[in-house]
Formats: sequence, structure tokens, C-alpha cells
Amino acid sequence: MFRNNYDNDSVTFSPQGRIFQVEYAQEAVKQGSVVVGIVSKTHAVLAALKRNAEELSSYQKKIIPIDTHYGVALAGLASDARVLSNFMKQQSLASRLTYDRPIGLAEITNRIGDRAQSNTQSYGKRPYGVGLLIAGVDATGPHLFEFQPSGVTQEMLACGIGARSQMARTYLERNLDEFAGSSREDLVKHALRALKESLSQDKELTVDNTSVGVSGVSEEFVLYEGHELTGWLDATFENKEETTAEGGESMEVDS
Amino acid sequence: MASVFHPGPPSGTPKYSFAQQPNTASEGARQHSFYPYTDNGGSTLGIAGADFTIIAGDTRSTSGYSINTRYCPKVFRIGGPESRIALSVVGFAADGDALKERLDTILKMYKYQHGKTMSVAACAQRLSHILYGKRFFPYYVHAILGGLDEEGKGAVYSYDPVGSYEREQCRAGGAAASLIMPFLDNQVNYKNQCIPGRGTGHELRQRVQEPLPRKDVEQLVEDAFSSAVERHIEVGDGLQMIIITSKGIEEIYKPLKKD
Amino acid sequence: MDCHPEVWGRPRYEIYGDYDHSHLHTSGPMQHTQQPIVTGTSVIAVKFKDGVVIAADNLASYGSLARFTDVKRLRKFNSQSVIGFGGDVSDMQYLDRTLGSLDTNENYSNSDQPLHARNLHTYLSKVMYARRSKFDPLWNAILVAGLDGEDMPFLASVDLLGTKFSSPTLATGFGAHLAVPILRRTVPDEEAVQQTTKDQAVELVKESMKVLFYRDARSLDNYSIAVITKESGVELKENEKLENQSWAFADQIRGYGTQVN
Repeated sequence: MFRNNYDNDSVTFSPQGRIFQVEYAQEAVKQGSVVVGIVSKTHAVLAALKRNAEELSSYQKKIIPIDTHYGVALAGLASDARVLSNFMKQQSLASRLTYDRPIGLAEITNRIGDRAQSNTQSYGKRPYGVGLLIAGVDATGPHLFEFQPSGVTQEMLACGIGARSQMARTYLERNLDEFAGSSREDLVKHALRALKESLSQDKELTVDNTSVGVSGVSEEFVLYEGHELTGWLDATFENKEETTAEGGESMEVDS
Repeated sequence: MASVFHPGPPSGTPKYSFAQQPNTASEGARQHSFYPYTDNGGSTLGIAGADFTIIAGDTRSTSGYSINTRYCPKVFRIGGPESRIALSVVGFAADGDALKERLDTILKMYKYQHGKTMSVAACAQRLSHILYGKRFFPYYVHAILGGLDEEGKGAVYSYDPVGSYEREQCRAGGAAASLIMPFLDNQVNYKNQCIPGRGTGHELRQRVQEPLPRKDVEQLVEDAFSSAVERHIEVGDGLQMIIITSKGIEEIYKPLKKD
Repeated sequence: MDCHPEVWGRPRYEIYGDYDHSHLHTSGPMQHTQQPIVTGTSVIAVKFKDGVVIAADNLASYGSLARFTDVKRLRKFNSQSVIGFGGDVSDMQYLDRTLGSLDTNENYSNSDQPLHARNLHTYLSKVMYARRSKFDPLWNAILVAGLDGEDMPFLASVDLLGTKFSSPTLATGFGAHLAVPILRRTVPDEEAVQQTTKDQAVELVKESMKVLFYRDARSLDNYSIAVITKESGVELKENEKLENQSWAFADQIRGYGTQVN
């Protein structure tokens, strides 16, 4: 029977130049429930679909506020995300303590990128099994960064990761032009719609399974959960028919 | 001319034209002569009410007879925007700042790890441990911590530099503590105040202490400081008050005499 | 040894006697700084509506000996901050190297937000406080002048104990006694800062440097002066000469000029 000899550790390349352990870690991200992030000129928004393992259990946390100016959304192993977010919290506090400066988003993303990379290059370690979206506002404005288990990080205008996130990304690509000029409210609505796209047929976005994080220029990162979301969910999906109609039209134009 | 009065130096040793003999290097290892503390003056004050707490401090910073600056706050909100805790530190300002930042970080980490803000009672005990942790190289400060307790009542905790602490109704700290504290004893806890018209001697009854309304406490704080300014050179310039209520935290600045 | 900067660095031969070789002993416990050796005197600075002016003379004294007469005690950090050092010169040079590597690291990292004066002051205060807590202080009094994150004038000080404070006018060492009263007369508070122009501020600082030269024995009439504004960045002049000196006031003072006794 075929057995892959190159996937026992993350320090051995396959003859094709692949590192299987890293690729497997990336699969773990795809198992996580979907999260999306969008930036405008003034705001950065995260939206996440929370999952509960069973009816009786609570929902898994998907958005973690790190510092007053940013937070992260995770897809994949939540425990790995906690390790990373603890590190980010420490680094953020250290930056404020030693320089009286909120850490830059590019900087903090780079630091977790470096950490993740070192896990892929030493024997006996395993890559992080989690993808992150880092969103917030720093001295240079609103930003959204994507982090992958391989250590790859990149700045995004809009992004979705996790299970069935391709649908969300398709929505984001279609509406990309609108994001930059969007208001705070519109940006949240876009994020929720993108999230909705990734849901399977029988599922709905509810106050229980949705998380939204918003930060803006001179506006701190705030996590919205539960009843705080009622307004947005109603406003976004009330005009459901309208949007699907619009969507339908543009689909026709496209084809 | 000085040499006339100078006793002749012993022969064979270097001659000095000055009255003072040279200090010679002592044998063996030299002692550290660096003293790591200084006193930056100023005074602080905390009063607990029924449903609020006021922590106040002047804003002058001194070294010796010099005024470093007229605005150097020593009362701080700590633990991030949701927290309802204020800390005042008076004494050696660098230690005060370091202490404030340590407690602030601890409160923020607590919020991050537990998803809720720390209670004042917990924070008060933690502060005591931090101070005692440096028992043999203390933070040279008199700290006063204020907030609202679990029942929503005003809480003031005061500390010595090595962590002994106690919850109190009110406390003054710093340079003018000895001037302000007796005033507070009398006006907040009604010490030496008797119920009028009950006769003399054994008939006398101590006036019963009851929580003061906020307006009265604010006035007391202002009076305490404007009086301290008159009698203590290290107190003055500005009065900073942090008022904690269940609705949030207010900050008030009022000028004091700058002389 | 006390920590008042004005009495630092005076190992006068007649008081302290022969050079003390005991610190050259290689055995025994590890030695830390116990007194400053080669020292710079006052640094003075004042805020005005668009920025900050800072000045320090070019002298490094060895006790009462005017040892080095061309030592630059103002250091430009970037286009929005200047640091002025009083106290021990070797500790200043150590901090200069530290700041150099800080700047290098900062430029290598991809953060596109440069350290402004407030960040720099916070950093320096941590360095100073950490060293005093190790009983191994950097024997300096430092002023950080420049612009903060909002491009507003920023001026703050930190000393060998890690004590930090900010004010519209600041001076270290002798300047705290001699220059601050003069500076405060014109710029007593933040309100006055808004009414002070660059020219007024520069004139004020030059006048104060003159008074310091008159009355501080360990000072020099060669000095450095820097103006930091948003428009022009850092304008640093390192070889200024005190102008319009008048020693007329010394006429009646015994011990000056030809009349020695």
C-alpha cells in the first residue's frame, strides 16, 4: 500500500518540493468555521460564524480582542490560536510599556509570522493549525492581515478563511470596489452577507452563532456578540430579497 | 594668606595650600554611594462615599526646593476603558510610575484572560503582593487605591511602601498627609464631634458617621488641598480629582496656587 | 553622593586628594558607576507654538578642569526629535550607541510609523529606571525635545533615577536654578506656548545660555542649539558662539578681572 514517506515531520521536503506537514496544517484551517474581514478607508471589520460542538455545548470563541486598537478572528485549532493571541497580547502590552506606542499591525503580524515559520523548520515541532485574520487601526490607518500556518502573512483588502470560505471570498471579490468608500454600517453588512454566503442551505446567521468585531480611526476595537447583533442581522437580511435580486442581476450581467 | 594660619604639613607628604586635608582612598572594595531614591513631594487623598469614590492629588513635582513641573499627575485610571479603578501614588515618582504600569498591565491581562474586569478587593490584594514582592528594595511610594466594591459602595484602600494595606473610609498620603488627615478624621469620620445638647462628661456622645454626599466630598477635597497648599511648599499648582461612580469615571482638574 | 546634578562631577583635587586607584583593583565585587567623571553641565529647552528649542554648551569638564571644549551634547535622533544630555559624558556616548542601534532596528522593521519624541522619551525612561534599579545608573539628566504623534511640540526630561516629567520649559543641572526662572517668565504654561513664536523662543534660549555662562563656572560660550518644527524638521547648529556678552555686572565683584583680592 502507498505510504507517504515525506510527511512525518516538517523539516523534510518531498521530492516535489513540498512540506506535507505544513499543508496538512493548512487543511486544519479549512476545517474551522468561516471568518471574514474587510477594510475601508476608515474601518476594519471582522465577522465570524461560531460553531458549537453539540447542541448542549457553548459556542467556540472566534474573535479575540487583543489590544484596544485591534483584534483577531481565527479559523482552525482554537487552542493554537490562544497561544498565538497570548503572544500577541504580550507583545502589544510590551510595545505600549516601552515606547508608549500601540503596536503596528504589520509589525505584530510579522512577529507571529516569524514564530510560525520557526515551527516549520525545526525537528519535533509542529506548525500551528490555525489561520488568523488580524484587523484594526494603527498609526497608518485601518489594516487587515491574513496569517497562515506556514508563516505566510499578507495584507488584504478583504479576506475569508475557514470552511466553505470560497463562497465568502467570491462575494468579497464581487463587491470589492465598494469596500474602500463604505461606511461603518455598510462594512459590517458586507461582512455579514459574505459570511452568509458560506453557510450551508439549512443554516442561518443568528445572534447565537455570529460574532462581529469593529474598529475604526479614533474608535477602539469592539467585539459585538449576542443581542448587540440583532440590529445588524435584521438590517442586513431584511432586505434579503433586494440583495438577491441585485445579485441576480449582476450575475446575468457577468454571464 | 591662608598659609599663614595653616599648620605646617608633615614633611615628606604632598603639600596643600588649602585648609582641608585630602581624603585618601580607603583600603579594599569601595562602597556604593548611589542612592536610588528621591522624594518628588506632592500629596494625595482618597475618600469613599456611599456609591462613589474620589481619589485626588496635586500635580506639582518637586526635587528639593525646585519645581520640576506644575503638571505631573499622580492619580491614574488603571486597567483599560472598562475598568472602574483608580490608583494614586505619591513619594518617589519613578517608582510610582513603575508601580502604576505594573498594576495596569496586570488588570489588562486579567480582563483578557477572564473576560471581565478585576474587582477592587482583588486588585487591592494584588497591589499588596506587588509591593511586598519588593520588600527588600521597596517601591518608595504611598499608594491609595479606589473603586467600587461588589455591592457598589465606594472603596478606598491605602498602603505603606512594603504592602501593608487596609480598607478605609478616607486616607491622605504624601507630603501633606499629616496636615490633611486630621481634617479628614474630623470632617469625614466626625472624630471629636459630639452630638450637641446632650450635656457634658459621660453624657457626651460621638456624632455618628454616615456617608457624605458627593458634592460635600468634592468640597472637602478642595478645601483640604487649598489649605495644604498654604502650609506645605511641596504641594500646589493643580488639583486632579478622579471620581468613580457606577456610571463611569470622571476626571476634574482645578488650579491651585502656584507659589 | 547626592543626585542633584549641579553638584555632580567635582572631584576637586584639594578635597578628594590623590587620584583614587581603588577602582582599578580587579579583585573584589563588581564595580558600578559611583560618580560621574567627565561631565556636561546644563541642557535647557523651551516649547513654542510650532515646536521646541533646545540648547547645551559644548564643554565636557573633568571636575573643575575644562577638559574637552568641543563635545556635542545635543543628538538628533530623527527628523522630529533631539536629545540633550547633561551629566556623565561616557554614559551619554553609551546611550548614543544604544539609540543608534534602536534607530537601526526600527528602520529594518517594517513598521512605517517612526519613533517620535514621546516614544523615545518613554524608551529612555525605561532604560534609565532599569539601570537605577540594578544599582548601576547611567549618570545623566536628559531632555527629549521634538514632536509627538500628533505633531504637537513635545518636551520632557528623565534623569539617572528614572524620574520623568514634562513641562513647557525644562532645564537640567544648574539650568534648573538659573535658566528655568527666566524661561518661565515668558512661557509659564501651555497657553503661553501657543503665543510664543520660534524667534522669541530662540532669543529666550540664547539669553538663558548667556546667563548660564556668566554664573556657571563649568560652562562655555560655545554651544549647540536645535530647533524642531514640523515644517523644517530638525535645525541643529553645533558651533554657536554666545553673542553680546556684557561683563559690566562683574565690575563691582571682588575676585573678577584685575582686582584679585
